[in-house]
Amino acid sequence: MNLDSVFGIHEQAVQLRARRAEVLASNMANADTPGYKARDFDFNAMLRNEMQRPVRMVSTHPNHIHVDAGIVASTQMGYRVPQQPSLDGNTVEIEREQSAFSENAMRYEASLRFLDSKVKGLLRAIKGTG
Amino acid sequence: MSSFKIFDIAGSGMNAQNLRMNIVASNMANVDAVSSSIDQTYRARQPVFRAIYDDVGSRSPAVGVQMSGVVESEAPLVREYAPHHAMADDDGYIYRPNVSMVEEMANMISASRAYQNNVEVLNATRRMISATINLGK
Repeated sequence: MNLDSVFGIHEQAVQLRARRAEVLASNMANADTPGYKARDFDFNAMLRNEMQRPVRMVSTHPNHIHVDAGIVASTQMGYRVPQQPSLDGNTVEIEREQSAFSENAMRYEASLRFLDSKVKGLLRAIKGTG
Repeated sequence: MSSFKIFDIAGSGMNAQNLRMNIVASNMANVDAVSSSIDQTYRARQPVFRAIYDDVGSRSPAVGVQMSGVVESEAPLVREYAPHHAMADDDGYIYRPNVSMVEEMANMISASRAYQNNVEVLNATRRMISATINLGK
């Protein structure tokens, strides 16, 4: 049995959720930075991307291009379209970022819950106890 | 794990907003600091923020924030005729700082809200990470 298949989609999902939390945190930290453009990525598309990658390449040399799992390159990200652009060129709308962040955190914890029950199930199977 | 980066990002946000609060406090404290010449009069200060991008070539789009400088307001100083004031110049004028109390109050509220926001991000991240650490327990 392969451990990767046990965890299913949630392994990649958790990594991508952590990544998205980082991006949204950057947006919120730069809520008052002139000219800063809020960024985000399409979670579903990225997850599909991750799941379809049949082989993972390992970088064994510092000059290799990194293809770490769950890392979304900045070229794969979009810019948020502001509903009310501000004069200083900043496109962060704090309420949208807040709601996106809390939704993301909740879904992260949901994926964790699935992983958690998988781990507990495996442990029970290993121990042979109910 | 990459989530630890959020601590740096939110921390930089808190730090930047804290500096902004300091500048607001300085502006408010000096609102009545009159002087006898234009050059010596306090001028309202505002911080300028800048995003910290990682090294060139890094694929990380996650960025923190830092203060890149402080600019002084170009608004005209308030010249007031007060010949009996201790700081009056030879012509009987004193100069008041161009600090707008209303602007500073709004600035203060904005800074403290932004600070709280970063604290919430930190708290949420802390919960996420501790849930991850306790996986399978």
